[in-house]
Amino acid sequence: MSTRNIAAVIVFSVVAVFFIFTALLMHPFGMPDESDMDDYIIGNTQEETGANNGVTAVVFDYRGFDTLGEATVLFTAVAGVIMIFRRLKND
Amino acid sequence: MTEMSKIVRTITSIAFPFAMIYGLYVIAHGHLTPGGGFQGGAIAASACAMILVAFGSKWTLNKIKEKGLSVFESLGAIGFIALALLGLVFGVAFFNNFLTGSNFLFGTIPATGSGLADINTGGVIPLMNFAVGLKVIVGLFVIVLVMAYASTSFKEDKK
Repeated sequence: MSTRNIAAVIVFSVVAVFFIFTALLMHPFGMPDESDMDDYIIGNTQEETGANNGVTAVVFDYRGFDTLGEATVLFTAVAGVIMIFRRLKND
Repeated sequence: MTEMSKIVRTITSIAFPFAMIYGLYVIAHGHLTPGGGFQGGAIAASACAMILVAFGSKWTLNKIKEKGLSVFESLGAIGFIALALLGLVFGVAFFNNFLTGSNFLFGTIPATGSGLADINTGGVIPLMNFAVGLKVIVGLFVIVLVMAYASTSFKEDKK
């Protein structure tokens, strides 16, 4: 067995132990314990953002950066499509 | 893409305003009902794509200007980032909702719990919905339009 293989076995065992411990410490399915975030958003959305729709309040107010990224993804998609088809037209 | 039969074109021109109005309604009521800028924009863009399928890409390109499309898309993107930056200027942080509770546009705060919806609420959320909706309508329509036009000209080159 070369040193490379021994190192691979050690790394694999360490990662596997981490995964097994994480799996054992998980909450039971469908019964989340930490629901503080949900309760906070449900309770405070209307007075903090003024919007009745909690989902839109999360998307555009609490997680505005996520929406900025989504808009950037859309812009990149449009730019890519135009780039591909403009080249196909000129050839 | 060539145009389809007269029956399809007539039905499309009847159905287009309704689909467009429904998309704009979903955008405008994004802070009250399910939906928002992305969803309403997808509905309105599908209405535009329906026009493109029924009338053909040549007819559609004669009716609209490419300059206008790029202006509208840039307007949506710049408006969204400008609203976020205004939160930095008038509020405390990037994406801060500075209009909420300000007695200005969309400034009313609704009563907690369920109740009658008021359109004049939400702070910058409705304005951001408009910006993102404009961007999604034009962006998706440009994708479909460029694909349709490229396939038409590619076919003509092969002949």
